[in-house]
Formats: sequence, structure tokens, C-alpha cells
Amino acid sequence: MTRTVVYTLLVCVLMGVSAYAAFYVAPTEATMGLVQRIFYLHAPSGMTSLAAFLVSFVGSVMFLLTRKPRWDWLAVSSAEVGVAFCTVVLLTGPIWAHPAWGVWWAWDARLTSTLVLWLLYVAFLILRTMIEDADRRAVVSAFFGVFAFLDVPLVYGSIWWWRTQHPQPVVFTSAALDPMMRKVFYLSWLSLMCLMAQLIRQRYELEASREELRALEQELEAR
Amino acid sequence: MKNLDSVFAAYLIGWGIFFVFSLTVAKRAASLKEELAQLKERLQDSRKERSN
Repeated sequence: MTRTVVYTLLVCVLMGVSAYAAFYVAPTEATMGLVQRIFYLHAPSGMTSLAAFLVSFVGSVMFLLTRKPRWDWLAVSSAEVGVAFCTVVLLTGPIWAHPAWGVWWAWDARLTSTLVLWLLYVAFLILRTMIEDADRRAVVSAFFGVFAFLDVPLVYGSIWWWRTQHPQPVVFTSAALDPMMRKVFYLSWLSLMCLMAQLIRQRYELEASREELRALEQELEAR
Repeated sequence: MKNLDSVFAAYLIGWGIFFVFSLTVAKRAASLKEELAQLKERLQDSRKERSN
């Protein structure tokens, strides 16, 4: 309990520092102006959501290989956290796009594949609520989890493979990026990755408690 | 200061989603904990009844 509180406080401090850096430390971008600062939340949230979906994919594959419930718990926990981060991406993107492009949304490859990704993982979570039997639920959702992850490489590669309105990545590829902007970006990403780890851990513990509850109920019924 | 409201709105929405999500997880965990405690109590009672 104490460890959870300490870790949560650390994550909050890290997120506060990264927001301060995004607002006050990072220089204002010459073309877009202040609105570019959304980039320090939007882009790291996107990368963190893909990382969470990768963890979910690993959980699904490992469950199919080992049939151990803990992998299923990991898959659902990280899928739920990934959906939360992906929601942030889909909502903050249009807030940036409206002043930058003049429209809230464009049906281009990056935006559409991200929306499809969000829909797939929401479907994954809904599917789990529709199957009562725990073993069957775990197997069906593991297969669906593997299928849903197929969209992740499409989201990642969409800006290179197709002509899109979405900006090209500059953090890893452009040497011209201001070093302070890069530092603030990495700090924001680090804070969101720590938040992701914390949320997955909390959500995983919830699944473990559910399993304990199920076992106790069975024991009580058997008496 | 053009578009500062957009930046604030984005951060407010983003942080709001993270906060609400962690709150729902904590709420679900608390109600599960309560349910677990009740079940454990019932189980203990039934064990006592059996031993008597």
C-alpha cells in the first residue's frame, strides 16, 4: 500500500514537472506558435498507447502458449490502459488540428488507423463482458487481442507508407529539432510511461483480486 | 498568447482522462476488497459451523 502511494506520488510529480517544462521551458515553435505545445502530450500519449497495446499483445500470445491466467490478466489490464491513452490521443489531436489545419479531423491514414485501433480495443473490452465462462473468455479475447494488434504496425508506419496530412515524426529523425524541445519531449514520454506502468499494475491487481473472489465463491458453493 | 486556450483544453482533457481512469480502477478495487472481506468472513463462519 505504502509503495503504491509513494509510486503514485512520484508519477504525479514527474507529470507535473513535464507539464511545467512543456508550458514554460520548451521554446515556442516558430510556425505553429503556442498550440505546438499540445505535441508534448499528444505524441507521447500515442507512443505510450502503442507500448500498452504491445504489452497486451505479449500477454495474449503468452496466454495462448501457456494458458496461465496471469497472462490474460496482463493482456486485459494493458488493453484497458492503452484505450485510455489512445482516447487522449484522439481527443488532443483535433484540438491541435483545428488551429493548425483549420479542420478538427481529416480521414487520412494515421488518424483513421488510430481510430480503428481504438475501436478494436474497445471491442476487445466489450467482448470480455459478453462471455461468462472465464476460460473461454480468456481464449477468445487472446485471439482477438492478437488480431487487434495487427493494426499497431499500420498506425506506426502509416505516415511513411501513405501520403498523410499528419506531421512527419521529427523527434527521432530530424537533427534540426531544438535540443530543449527534444529533452521536454523525452521527459513527457518518460512521465507517461511511468503512469502507464502504474495503471497497468493497479489494473492487474484488480484482476488478481477478481480471481481470488471467484475461488472463494466456488469454495463457499462447494460447502 | 494565441491558442493558449487550446493548449490548456488539451492538457485538461488529457489529465482528466488519466485521473478518471485511475479513479475508476481504485473504486473497482475498493468494492472488490469489500466483497472479498465479506466472503472471507462467511467462509470462516461456515468453517466454524462445520467444526461445531
